[in-house]
Amino acid sequence: MSTKLHIERYCHIKNSTVSLNGAPLFEIASEDFLTFIKAAYKELDTKYSKFFKMDNLSKLAFLAADVLLKEDTSLSEGEKNIAIVLSNRASSLDTDRKHQASISDPKNYYPSPAVFVYTLPNICIGEISIKHKLFSENSFFIFETFSADLLKVYTESLLKTNKAEKVLCGWVDFDADSYEAFLYLVSSEGTIEHNNNEITRLYRL
Amino acid sequence: MSELREELKEKIIEQLNLEDVAVADIADDDSLFGDGLGLDSIDALELIVMLDKDYGIKLSDPKEGRKIFESIGVMADYIAEHRTK
Repeated sequence: MSTKLHIERYCHIKNSTVSLNGAPLFEIASEDFLTFIKAAYKELDTKYSKFFKMDNLSKLAFLAADVLLKEDTSLSEGEKNIAIVLSNRASSLDTDRKHQASISDPKNYYPSPAVFVYTLPNICIGEISIKHKLFSENSFFIFETFSADLLKVYTESLLKTNKAEKVLCGWVDFDADSYEAFLYLVSSEGTIEHNNNEITRLYRL
Repeated sequence: MSELREELKEKIIEQLNLEDVAVADIADDDSLFGDGLGLDSIDALELIVMLDKDYGIKLSDPKEGRKIFESIGVMADYIAEHRTK
């Protein structure tokens, strides 16, 4: 593939706000993540019966992905060859802590299967793939900080070797009271060039 | 027995994170899986843990859950007969 790659669209979720291409789609005064994400789920008409069973990281990644993918009408169902490349700093630490708390007391040892299944960060990719019927390449990287360069190199490799037609990629991090999602869709369409400067600029918006 | 059934409905809604489902929405003979309440395999494991933690019932064979978790009514009958706490 020699076609120039672009960022078709991007989504931020942070500070109780969901935005698409820099414009707010939903915002709420509450600083509590669960209150915010529940309200955003309903307001954005997100339909997924398992949403409220997911852990916080998956809710965050799922909602950001859904904002981007439900806009995509360029590929029909069954033809969505969209790879997913995500990254974060805290891995699944928020859920790992909950699981640890449930097994730390030998006299009260009742690990929750519903919590345990989310003790891997890439489970959120599975949730996104189920909703949007994606059977594509995927990876989840753990970085100290957001790395535009690694995401760019990996995404370009997938597209140039025809492993995917589009790549949904970015950063989705949840730890204690801190959360942030920045996902973007890369393909041959769009107007924003897919390079380190633009990725970093959009991430910092 | 009706108190236990109400208690089970409340626990299931809370522990399985059933958003927008109220106690009044669940009939005693509604199926918990499939077309009924729509619970899945992970929910079944949660119910097994709940039986152990809250009622002192240990299921040695997870397949037993298929019958026990048929409905709230069946679950309540089983718990009433086998509970140790």
